[in-house]
Amino acid sequence: MKVVKGLYYSNDHEWVKVDGDFAFVGIADYAQNHLGDIVYVELPDVDDELEKEDSFAAVESVKAAADVYLPVAGTVVEVNEALEDDPALLNADPYANWIIKIRISDKAELDDLMSSEEYEKFLAEEE
Amino acid sequence: MFPYIPHTSSDEQEMLQTIGLETTDQLFDDIPDDMRLKKALDLPTAKSELEVRNYLKSLADKNCSLDELTCFLGAGAYDHYIPSVVDAVISRSEFYTSYTPYQPEISQGTVQYIFEFQTLICSLTGMDVANASLYDGGTAVMEAALMACSTSRKDEIIVSKGVSPEAIKVLKTYAHAQHLNVVEVETKDGVTDAEELEKLVSDNTAAVIVQNPNFFGVLEDLESLGQIAHKGKKTSFIASVSPMALGILKKPSELGVDIVVGEGQPLGISLSYGGPYLGFMATKEKYMRKLPGRIVGETVDVDGKRSYVLTLSAREQHIRREKATSNICSNQGLNVLAATVYMVTLGKEGFREVATQCAQKAHYAFNELTKSGKYQPLFDKPFFMEFALKSDKNADEINKALRNEKIVGGYNLSKDYPQYENAILYAVTEKRTKAEIEKLASALEGIK
Amino acid sequence: MKDYDKLIFEISKSGRKAYKLPPLDVEEQNLETIIPGEFLNDEELNLPEVSEVDVIRHYTNLSNKNYGLDTGFYPLGSCTMKYNPKINEEVCRYSGFTNVHPLQSEDCAQGSLKLMYELQESLCEISGMDKMTLQPAAGAHGEVTGVLLIKAYHEKRGDTKRDKIIVPDSAHGTNPATTAMAGYSIIEVKSNKDGLVDLDALRAAVGDDTAGLMLTNPNTLGLFDKGIKEITCIVHEAGGLCYYDGANMNAIMGYARPGDMGFDCIHYNLHKTFSTPHGGGGPGAGPVGCKEFLAEFLPVPVIEKSEDRYFLDYDYPNSMGKVKDFYGHFGILVRAYAYILSMGSDGLKKASAMAVLNANYIKEKLKDYYYLPVNTLVKHEVVFDGLIEKNGITTLDVAKRLLDHGYHPPTIYFPLIVNEAMMIEPTETESKETIDGFIDAMIAIAKEAESDPEILKTAPHDTIVRRPDETQAARNPVLKYEG
Repeated sequence: MKVVKGLYYSNDHEWVKVDGDFAFVGIADYAQNHLGDIVYVELPDVDDELEKEDSFAAVESVKAAADVYLPVAGTVVEVNEALEDDPALLNADPYANWIIKIRISDKAELDDLMSSEEYEKFLAEEE
Repeated sequence: MFPYIPHTSSDEQEMLQTIGLETTDQLFDDIPDDMRLKKALDLPTAKSELEVRNYLKSLADKNCSLDELTCFLGAGAYDHYIPSVVDAVISRSEFYTSYTPYQPEISQGTVQYIFEFQTLICSLTGMDVANASLYDGGTAVMEAALMACSTSRKDEIIVSKGVSPEAIKVLKTYAHAQHLNVVEVETKDGVTDAEELEKLVSDNTAAVIVQNPNFFGVLEDLESLGQIAHKGKKTSFIASVSPMALGILKKPSELGVDIVVGEGQPLGISLSYGGPYLGFMATKEKYMRKLPGRIVGETVDVDGKRSYVLTLSAREQHIRREKATSNICSNQGLNVLAATVYMVTLGKEGFREVATQCAQKAHYAFNELTKSGKYQPLFDKPFFMEFALKSDKNADEINKALRNEKIVGGYNLSKDYPQYENAILYAVTEKRTKAEIEKLASALEGIK
Repeated sequence: MKDYDKLIFEISKSGRKAYKLPPLDVEEQNLETIIPGEFLNDEELNLPEVSEVDVIRHYTNLSNKNYGLDTGFYPLGSCTMKYNPKINEEVCRYSGFTNVHPLQSEDCAQGSLKLMYELQESLCEISGMDKMTLQPAAGAHGEVTGVLLIKAYHEKRGDTKRDKIIVPDSAHGTNPATTAMAGYSIIEVKSNKDGLVDLDALRAAVGDDTAGLMLTNPNTLGLFDKGIKEITCIVHEAGGLCYYDGANMNAIMGYARPGDMGFDCIHYNLHKTFSTPHGGGGPGAGPVGCKEFLAEFLPVPVIEKSEDRYFLDYDYPNSMGKVKDFYGHFGILVRAYAYILSMGSDGLKKASAMAVLNANYIKEKLKDYYYLPVNTLVKHEVVFDGLIEKNGITTLDVAKRLLDHGYHPPTIYFPLIVNEAMMIEPTETESKETIDGFIDAMIAIAKEAESDPEILKTAPHDTIVRRPDETQAARNPVLKYEG
């Protein structure tokens, strides 16, 4: 499983890339691999205010569906509309294709997440 | 021996031997002794086919078949003519003895007729997508309301009292369980009270539900009601429509409806004392992945050949489990086939002609029945094929008197609407003749 | 006509008709004089134009693309694909049954009401329940009705903190969806190594928030849960009620009854246990039975008898309300009752015995080729976990190869707790010869997996279409014909 350095990771296999007061959020390689061919991504609305652990998107394959949970609270400022037309982008490169961009409410919440090294260890234990 | 169980005693012995047992009772040794039924089931023992046939025929004969009566009863189920091709097709055992098309390679027949059904429903309603059906009209109203609540994340449902009382009851049962709030809006002069609706709709409203023609047979102004509904933020406007009326009425898609549902019984499905029928549901593309129930889509196989499969199943219970759009895991398969055959058999001209004849004959009956003034229209409003009349006679007494003339009278509205005492709702389908309508008129005149 | 690939819309030709109405015999009026123009659609309908011959040929050709029970063996686990007797199809078409309006007066429907009453009584006896409603339209609909009975019971007692339903991890996917439909959330309890409910896990799961338990016994692995009495006791002691998912009733008729196992309510699938046709996905029927103390909450109307008269009883002030229009799938009820009469108490018991015999026979014959997670006596169905020697072959490959052998494949990838699950339910209506033929095919496939795995991975080879692309169907949905 590919793990990109410099990102934060959650137990539910979401990643967070911090950019000033903002962050991009997506799903990790493990998650896309687990789901198989992704056929649809349900996106939230811009301006949705979300709590930590709120489900903000759903990713569907033919035989499975998964809710995507927000690792840190924030307000949606942008959604990746390219995923609506081509959900397979998440299979092709889940790290380059973020799902939403948020304005982070409380940066301290990032401390609860894993670093890429910790996430790699976590994956090893999951296997 | 039983005709449906082919095992000979030597088969049984051989098979038991393979398993390493001596008696069939040992097959149940895993059931703890205190759980075992120690007596025979208290039911009669097996009957021959002839006995079963005779007994059930005697029960059927205790009923009053509409073959021998003239029916002016509607109120949600209608006595339309069913062309003989319908039963010929649904009697093919390749259709009725197959299961859900989980293996598309050997069920292209089923998936293709569902695809045709979805296309026909979209065509009649003008909507973008339709599902493969729900249980009936009442549950379709309920499912549409739940869908509106889940997409908007709101919990208030406004329903017009012009919607079928059965459907409202079903809606309330489920709404109560899910802590959703059902608000009923009154009717005024036989149609949904637009002023009251306007007061009720707010940003908390998930859905506004109306029926057209409504339960009284009266045509609702869908366009205006839809505009009121849409004053709420993300409020869905749901219309339960008569499929037959779509033969002549404007398409719901042109009138601002977000979710169209309805009872499919008029489409070639027999009355059968209330079921099985089918509910249909169609909506806009943006709600496609929120639809409850099965959906069939077109695709290609490994050789590039056009084929059909059940699709968008990520919405459904076997994948989404407790987050599914509904717990439904069937469709009304064989009735969907009946409705499909009915719609294509009538076709472009015939469908319109049946709808037109219903309207023409209903209006003729309305004139005949109200001519003398003994029976008066309950509402002075445009209708399609059902209308309500009031008089100073008790509705049940009127129907009893008609029954003596071999006529099944209309629906006693006071059962659901106490304010409409002595009011009867008559339905006139294309099956009724001028002579039958005149017989009804003279029978009504003759009631003392 | 294997190559017939037209949609009805593609054979339409302007001017054709398949239907003729009697001429309008009342004075024709301009439509706009009877219905105001603003309501009317002035466009033509976009429906096909075909002749009657076109209709019959088209749908006959489509039927030829289907595999039904009358075509051959259909061992779909959990679906009880037993033979659909022809007498059922005949009797349900009697005019006295089909041509009765649901709102005709009760004295016009005494035959229908009597039939429904007797069916209710029979279903009560078979399940050990006291009262039955025939209203639910399908198994899933029965489930939600049953759970709403439980909910109504707690609500009446003011015990409103109970908001959880316990479901084992081997349960049908419908169970969790049903609990949500009824406004509950679920707690899943794990199965133990024998595939049965883990009693300690259950004890840990129950509490004062337990509304009830949903369970099928025998479970989805085909195993009768010996701990059943203890299971229902644990739930009852915690104040919850027990719901029996009757999907697997075909295993135990005449041998054991949910009502005697401690269950408070159940649903049946008449299209499984009682031979009514599956109809390509419906309509079925899902009657719900309960013990006397829950009867007051049943949906209205309940069919009652008073002396020699049968009637629709709406006098249930604590009823949950209605769950569907009218009284149920009457046409299906007629078929199920015909079956119960034909089989009788002796035939129903024999049916369960032979269904269980067939399943165990298949288990014995295939267990050297397919991996059996739990090797013990099964009831009506057996679940294998793929091939023993997999050689890269999945359960899907085996299923697709079975199509080439002329069999409908088993249920695959369910239950979820078995990764490569193939769930085989033969039913009692299949002969030893049919079953032996199926076993031979399964063994031949297991051998092919070693000798020629490619032929499995590319199967099926002989069907009219081969592995349609489901990913494309879901990514770019085409849900109607666009012309």
